[in-house]
Amino acid sequence: MRHTTFFWFFLPTATAMLLFIAAPIVSVVIQSVFAPHEAVFIEVESCTPLVGCKTETTIDQEATRALKEAQPLGRFVGLETYFNRGHLAVAEVRELWLNEPDWSSFFNRLGNLPFYRAMAFTLTFTFIVTPLVILVGLMVALAVNTVHERLKGVVIFFSLLPFVITPLIGALVLFWMIDARGILGTAIQWLANDPDLSLKASTGMMWVSLIVYGVWHAAPFAFVIFYAGLQTLPLDQIEAAQIDGASRFQRVRYVVVPHLMPLITFVALMQLMDNFRVFEPIVGFNAEAHAQSLSWAIFNDLGGEVQQLSSAAATSVMTIIGVAILLSPVLYRTWRDNRRAA
Amino acid sequence: MAGNAQKMPVGLRVATSGFVIFWLILAAFPFIWTFWGSFKVELDFFSLTNWTNALTGERTQAAHGSPFTGAGYRGSWIQEEFWRNVINTLIVCFFVVCTSLTIGTLGGYALSRSSHRYTFWLLITALIFRAMPPITLVSGYLLPFFEWNIWGILPTTIIVLVAINQPFTLWMLHSFFQNIPKELDESAKVDGCTQFQAFRFVIVPVMWPGVITTGLFSFLLAYNDFAVTSMLLSASNRTMVPEIAAYLGTTYTEGNVMFAVSAVVSASVPLFLLVMFFQRQIVSGLTAGAVKG
Repeated sequence: MRHTTFFWFFLPTATAMLLFIAAPIVSVVIQSVFAPHEAVFIEVESCTPLVGCKTETTIDQEATRALKEAQPLGRFVGLETYFNRGHLAVAEVRELWLNEPDWSSFFNRLGNLPFYRAMAFTLTFTFIVTPLVILVGLMVALAVNTVHERLKGVVIFFSLLPFVITPLIGALVLFWMIDARGILGTAIQWLANDPDLSLKASTGMMWVSLIVYGVWHAAPFAFVIFYAGLQTLPLDQIEAAQIDGASRFQRVRYVVVPHLMPLITFVALMQLMDNFRVFEPIVGFNAEAHAQSLSWAIFNDLGGEVQQLSSAAATSVMTIIGVAILLSPVLYRTWRDNRRAA
Repeated sequence: MAGNAQKMPVGLRVATSGFVIFWLILAAFPFIWTFWGSFKVELDFFSLTNWTNALTGERTQAAHGSPFTGAGYRGSWIQEEFWRNVINTLIVCFFVVCTSLTIGTLGGYALSRSSHRYTFWLLITALIFRAMPPITLVSGYLLPFFEWNIWGILPTTIIVLVAINQPFTLWMLHSFFQNIPKELDESAKVDGCTQFQAFRFVIVPVMWPGVITTGLFSFLLAYNDFAVTSMLLSASNRTMVPEIAAYLGTTYTEGNVMFAVSAVVSASVPLFLLVMFFQRQIVSGLTAGAVKG
């Protein structure tokens, strides 16, 4: 295909992506180095008869508005927003580093700073949910592969439900069940023999619930892909392994898993990207008191009573850097392979 | 997998069947439970006294004279006018799917037919864009959208969702078009067609299976989105998902949790029908991405 033809075919989609994906990335970077204007103060001398004169400092509404209109981005502050308490909290971290007696108290106090708190949950969620999704997906795929042909359609239908359901709705459905008055909440109280137990009250339990939701939501995705991979399994290799005396587990470990390896890599990559943006379950589970993610922090800055655009922008930039770090091994490998091929 | 090599001992067979049943319950039970509970009053669905009330509907019987009540649905659909949000969702989904398929088909086709090196880098760029969390992009939109006074309306949201959809659409359609033999449009070009005519008269008639599958995923993305719709739509233009989230803030105080429960059930019904009728396409779409991946 000629360059010009390609250009015209690709133009609409490229425009959409440039305007609404690439430009916003530039926009958050710019917004993150500006901060809202401070209000302009003026001193007004008010004189009342008999009492005398006094000067009052008030906000000059008109001048403030004029300043906002002249420079809608705000005033340039450089990297100040990145280093303030709400983000990297450089000053606070240095103080903790110098004053805290040991590692555990250092990390405890670090966990109280909003950005590190969100980072801790996001990374924990990403790196626990992703392997669990692969494991559960693989187990379900192996098990479903053995059931009767007629049942497979039904099993796949029900398995797909947690995956296609709107994340917020899926989270709400589970949340209502684990409520202290819901069926699972009651069951857990009964199992633990503690009628006052509430998952909502404890940070640890809330993290576990969110992780369970994450696995429940994404395992069907892994299952469907692994199940498709199992259909192309070379039977002669399985039989050869069996003749060589490999046990059932060894056949799975040394024949099936290597065969599925490209698919496992694919699922891992997709899951890392999706779990790093974990957001809806925190809203659905009403869990912000116990667990905050980077995406949730941005959402909170944007949707609060006072919109904090530059704070949200700084968190966004750091989230994008996080995504880049996550993707870098894949990108590096692709770049290397491509250079080798060329 | 019915070969001799796969004959299983009885114990293992029982264990795998048990595991499949356990998985099915895990996947389906929450939905069945919520559907059943949406026809009860709050004191039954969230029962303090006895969990079996949620099954039998004791308080519902006392309050409405029957163990089932549509009060939650009446409350959300009529009192809270949930139907407005349903219409907004329909508009958003329809236009997002149509637009993103139109421009995605053109782009995906071009990517699959060009042998230049930049197609590879364009696909990699699309992958990077796919990895961007939508909420980070939203924080980039807000200020310009306020400045230009286009915040809060449906068209803005539609265009944003189309753009966020594009990387995925391109990847998927790219792999579908690669499976359509190049000889088809090459021979049309030899007969004197331009590239666009070859696309229009030779490729378009045979591309529908791939386009329908991709369209399903575009629909799911638009329908399920929360980050973009909740931040970019004003209260009067909300689609279903941000409206449900808005219920949570107000209903917990007013004791109308059942409004939210019935709205959640209403919003999941279309997804169930989708899986029921398009199961094959959804599975093939998921795996098509993986095989190429």
